[in-house]
Amino acid sequence: MTADTARHATAQAQAGQPLLQVRDLRVYYHTPRGAAKAVDGVSFSLEPGERLGLVGESGSGKSTIALSLMRLIKPPGVIEGGEVLLGGEDLLAKSEEEMRQVRLAGVAMVAQGAMNSLNPVKRVREQILDGLADHGQPIAKRAVADTLGALLRSVGLKPEVAGMFPHELSGGMKQRVVTAIAISLRPKVIIADEPTSALDVVVQRQIMDTLLRVQQDLGAAVILIGHDMGLMAQFVTRLGVMYAGKLVELCPVQAIFDEPLMPYSQLLIASLPSLTKKGELRGIPGLPPSLLDRPTGCPFRARCPHAFDRCAVEEPALRELRPGHWAACHLY
Amino acid sequence: MAPLLEARNVSKVFSGGLFSRAQNIALDDFSFALEDAPPSITAVVGESGSGKTTLARLLLGLAAPTSGSVRYNGKDLRKHSRAEWRTFIREVQVIFQDPYEVYNPFYTVDHVLKEPIRKFALAGTKAQGRALMEEALTAVGLRPEETLGRHPHQLSGGQRQRIMVARALLLKPRVIIADEPVSMVDASLRATILNNLRQINRQFGISILYITHDLTTAYQLSENIIVLYRGGVAEVGSVERVVQHPQHPYTRLLVGSVPLPDPRRPWEAAPAPSALGREMTAASCRFADRCPSAMPVCIEVRPPLYQTNPDRAAACYLYDDAPAMATGDINQVFVGEAAD
Repeated sequence: MTADTARHATAQAQAGQPLLQVRDLRVYYHTPRGAAKAVDGVSFSLEPGERLGLVGESGSGKSTIALSLMRLIKPPGVIEGGEVLLGGEDLLAKSEEEMRQVRLAGVAMVAQGAMNSLNPVKRVREQILDGLADHGQPIAKRAVADTLGALLRSVGLKPEVAGMFPHELSGGMKQRVVTAIAISLRPKVIIADEPTSALDVVVQRQIMDTLLRVQQDLGAAVILIGHDMGLMAQFVTRLGVMYAGKLVELCPVQAIFDEPLMPYSQLLIASLPSLTKKGELRGIPGLPPSLLDRPTGCPFRARCPHAFDRCAVEEPALRELRPGHWAACHLY
Repeated sequence: MAPLLEARNVSKVFSGGLFSRAQNIALDDFSFALEDAPPSITAVVGESGSGKTTLARLLLGLAAPTSGSVRYNGKDLRKHSRAEWRTFIREVQVIFQDPYEVYNPFYTVDHVLKEPIRKFALAGTKAQGRALMEEALTAVGLRPEETLGRHPHQLSGGQRQRIMVARALLLKPRVIIADEPVSMVDASLRATILNNLRQINRQFGISILYITHDLTTAYQLSENIIVLYRGGVAEVGSVERVVQHPQHPYTRLLVGSVPLPDPRRPWEAAPAPSALGREMTAASCRFADRCPSAMPVCIEVRPPLYQTNPDRAAACYLYDDAPAMATGDINQVFVGEAAD
């Protein structure tokens, strides 16, 4: 898909349907001991310009979702089924070459620790231009300086950074360069997978401010993946909670703090340490189930303080329990 | 009486290599005493490059100071006899950031617990050793029968880190230095590990130095806090005072940058650094180039710590009407410690 068709697709999306629709996505990692169901039937949609957060503990499947949307799942991981519709086109049905054109232009990712993926022996300029040329968008020599300058300024860097090598940049600056590469083809969806996990809070906030500004400039939608509820509260408009490969709650971000419905979300909110009041630190007892040997019923039931008979036999479906507030729990 | 573990005017300078004259002052004339009567929890907070990990390494005797001394029981670590050093490495334990690296994947987790028992001859018989291991695991909330005999990959990161706390406990230490113990652990398990640290402080009277970049957990866990910036103390004192009413512009920036888990309380706009149009020198306040309140004097001479409250001091000229403190006196502003 070229940038033009991507734009066309977005125009379609703006005409009423969501920008991105994920339907019943299933991703398994095939191991000698069986299939680990990392993502097991996840569905959600993303409106144009929306900021959606996905939280969950390690192994809950949130990063696997990010990689699936980019079609970057590597063996032994396999996308077993489902649909990822970007502006109505199923990304999972595309050829590898078609998909290569969607990356950056349609969906772009700022991955966890992406700043370490910069090539240490290439100047920032070449690394950005490589991405553009690779997607059939080479820039005329005369326009290079202007384009790069504008791109770097949009992520809060000086144009001179284009002439620098990665080792001359701080961690925060490298993360901005990676963000600049991600937005260089004006993607419709930006996936940010723990984009600030190795950075200090002051730099983290600058990066998130940058991402917010870029998102608004481009009119792109963002999926922010992570486990920092503070970051989610500050950045996203809607939040999905992942548990053991399932989406167990999906609601406006304020609602997860005001009235979490699923007991896992409730315990997650209760475990957050406060900066305003000293209190007891409460963890969530127990461990998530093995993805290889998933128990029957609700995946959270072994740790759930409210579990009852039905939770062991029937898996709760994600249902709209309040307007716009979805949760998978038999309590309601 | 001499403090239990003490850094006295400690500096650590890393030179830039064979052909470089650049020097990196990781820690600059730092003094601090860790008491264990009563047992305390002190947080050291700073961003990368603040010198917090260098401080941990110096206090553990893993690195030698360029100048100044680290003392245990009043005696310079460099002058310890073999027996005194053995006591030191048993009584001062460490918990590192990465609960993955310390394990050998081929051994069961029992190995990391048996090793200190063997090395320090803590048990006379196998059964005694087993009892010690079970006791330590139980103290951190792990069930011995579900933990012993397992391989590292069969346990979660949180469980592995709790085993490291148990390992430290085995040796009945007087001090635990915890360097980012929960930064690689899932949020839902963090609270459990921090609770373990709080419990062993109260139950076993072990003093803890909690080194972190996370202001929120530092606030929850510790009584006193040292805010380090580029190798020097920016602000120090009771954690309640420093976090709820920060004074140093760096501490204010730090507190203001924490993403609060509350969508109704958005990040405030960060103030821009004041434009002085002058280059920083080696004598300048370390924060002058980023400081929204920087004045010409900040470029010329680094400010001392001003004691603005009985339980807090800040290294900033905004508070120069308060009495200045010597660098060695930061313990004076700590709460919960016997004044001497």
